[in-house]
Amino acid sequence: MKSPQRSALSRETVSGSANRFTATPFVHKKVRCEAAAKWIFFGMAAAMVLPLLWLVSYLVVRAMPSLSLDFLLDPPLRGMTEGGIWPALVGTVYLIVVALSISAPIGVLAAIYLNEYAKENWFHRVINMAVINLAGVPSIVHALFGLGAFVYAAQFGYSVISAALTLAIMTMPVVITSTREALASVPRSFREACWNVGATRWQTIKSVVLPNSIGGILTGIILEVSRTAGETAPIMFTGAVFYKSVERGDLFPYHLTDQCMALSMHLFALSTQVPGVKPSLQFATAVVLLGVVLLVNATSIALRVWLRNRKKW
Amino acid sequence: MRPAWAVCGEKMLELLIRFCGVSAIIFVLAIFFFVFKEAAPVLWSKNFKLTQFLFSPEWYPTSVSNVRYGVLALIVGTGCVSGLAVLLAVPFSLGAAIFVSEFCGPKLKETLKIVIELLAAIPSVVWGFIGLTVTSKIVQQVTGAPVGVNILNGGIILALMCVPIIASISEDALKAVPDTYREAALALGATRWQIVYRVLLPAAKNGLLAAVLLGVGRAVGETMAVLMATGHAVNIPHSLLDSVRTLTANIAAELGEAPAQSEHYRVLFLTGVLLFFITFVVNVTADFVVRGIRKK
Repeated sequence: MKSPQRSALSRETVSGSANRFTATPFVHKKVRCEAAAKWIFFGMAAAMVLPLLWLVSYLVVRAMPSLSLDFLLDPPLRGMTEGGIWPALVGTVYLIVVALSISAPIGVLAAIYLNEYAKENWFHRVINMAVINLAGVPSIVHALFGLGAFVYAAQFGYSVISAALTLAIMTMPVVITSTREALASVPRSFREACWNVGATRWQTIKSVVLPNSIGGILTGIILEVSRTAGETAPIMFTGAVFYKSVERGDLFPYHLTDQCMALSMHLFALSTQVPGVKPSLQFATAVVLLGVVLLVNATSIALRVWLRNRKKW
Repeated sequence: MRPAWAVCGEKMLELLIRFCGVSAIIFVLAIFFFVFKEAAPVLWSKNFKLTQFLFSPEWYPTSVSNVRYGVLALIVGTGCVSGLAVLLAVPFSLGAAIFVSEFCGPKLKETLKIVIELLAAIPSVVWGFIGLTVTSKIVQQVTGAPVGVNILNGGIILALMCVPIIASISEDALKAVPDTYREAALALGATRWQIVYRVLLPAAKNGLLAAVLLGVGRAVGETMAVLMATGHAVNIPHSLLDSVRTLTANIAAELGEAPAQSEHYRVLFLTGVLLFFITFVVNVTADFVVRGIRKK
C-alpha cells in the first residue's frame, strides 16, 4: 500500500512515525495539511525577503551611472540638477553627532533608572507608557513640537540645534529600550555579590552592571544613529533646507545656529521639488542614504552577534 | 570612611538619574503642551467650528472669501491607505512570523530575523522614493490607472513598511508561548500546523493583536512615504485608484507655506493634536492588550 509519494510526505511529519502504522485518511489529510502549511508560510516569508533584495538591487542598478567618489565629495551644481551630495552628507553627520550627544546620555541614564532604581508600581508603569508613546507619536507631530518648542518658544530659530534636539527626543526610546534589555541581561546575582561587599547602588552600577552590559548599550546607540540618519519629517520644518552652498570636501561648513542640508531631505527635494534632475542622480542619493542606514544597522547586528558568542554566563 | 564629596557626588548623580528617568513623561507632556499651545487660539476664532473641522470634507484653508477647515477627507484618506496597508500586511507578516518561529531551522531563523530588522530600518523617505518612482509605474501598468500615485500604491508601500514591525512583534509573541505547550501537543501526535492553529494562535492571540495594533499605529503616523506615494488630492476617494491626501501628509505639505501664527498654521497644529490622540489611543490599547496576557 505504501506509495513512494506518501512516504515522502510522511517524512515531513514531526513524529516521523506515522508510516509505521496503517495510514488512515485522517493521517493523509494531516500530512498534506502540514506540507501545504509549510510551503505557504515559507512563501510568505519569502515574500518579505524578495522585495528587499529586488528593490535594493534595482536601486543600485539605476544609480550606477552617477555613483562615484566625486558624487560623494561634490556640492550640488546647476540648481541641484548635477553634481554631488557633499553638503547633505556633512549635514547628516552634524545632525547625528549633535542629536546623539544629547539623547544618548539621557537615554542611558533613563534606562538605568528604569532598570536599577525604579520599583514595580504605578509610576513605573506610567514611565513605560510614556516611552511607548514617545516611540509611537508620528514623526510629523515631533516636527510640530520641534517647531513650536525649539524654533519659536526657545528662540533657536531654524538651525542645526533645533533639528538635532527634535531628532534627539524622537529617537530616545530606541536607546532606552535597548539599554534596558542590556542591563536586564546582567544576572541579579552579580549585583547581589557586589552589594554584599558593601558597595552602594551607584558603585555597583559603575563597576559591575555597566562593564557587563556596555556592548548591548553600544548596539542600541548605533541603532539610534541609523534612525537619526533616515528621518526626514522632523527636520523639514526645524532646520534642514533644500540648498546651502558649501565648498567641495569642506568638513566644517555649518555652525550650530545655521540651517543645514541633510541626506534624507536632499532625497525628498530631488525627487519632488526640483524639476529636470537626472533620474540616476536621485537613485544615487537614495542608494547612499540606504547604504549608510543599512551599513550602520549591519554593524550593530554584527556587534550583537559577536557579543552573544563570547558571553560567559 | 568615604570622603564627603564622594558621598555628595553620588547623591547628585542619583538625582540626575532619577530626573532622566522621568524625562520620558516630561517629553510626552511637552509634546502635547507645545503642539496644543500653538493650536489653541484657533479654537475661539470665528472662522473655525469644531464640528466643521471634524465632519466637513471641505478643506479650503487659503480661500479669500470663504475659509473652510474640514479634515474629513483627510481622515478618510488616512483610513483608506492605512486600512489597505494593514489588510495587505497582516497575513504576510503573521505567516512570516509563524514560519520564522515554528517551521525553519536555527540558521535560516537567524538570517530571516536579520532581514526583518534590516527591512524595518529602511528610512521612510526611501520608501516614499520607491513609491514615487518604482511601484507607481508598476501600479499604472497593471491597473491602467491614469495616475500611479494613488491609494493602492500608498497601501502597498505602507504594507511593505509595516510587515517587518508586525512580523517581529508577532514573532516575540509566539516565542513567549511556553515550550511545554508545544511538547504536550507533539506528544499527542499533532503536526506542526495543528500545533500552530490549535495551540499557538489561541495562546498568543493577545500578543498578535497588539502587534497588529502597533502596525496600525505606524501606518497612521507615517509621513514621508505617504506624502510621496499617495498623490495630492483632497477628496473622498471612490475607488482604490483615486489619489488621496492623509492627515500627516497634509501637515508636511502645507506647514511650509502657512505663515507662522496664522489661522491656517494653527489648524495644522490642531491636526497634529488629533494625530497625537489617535496614536496615543492605539498605543495605550496595545499596551493594555499585552498586559492582558501577563495577568493570566
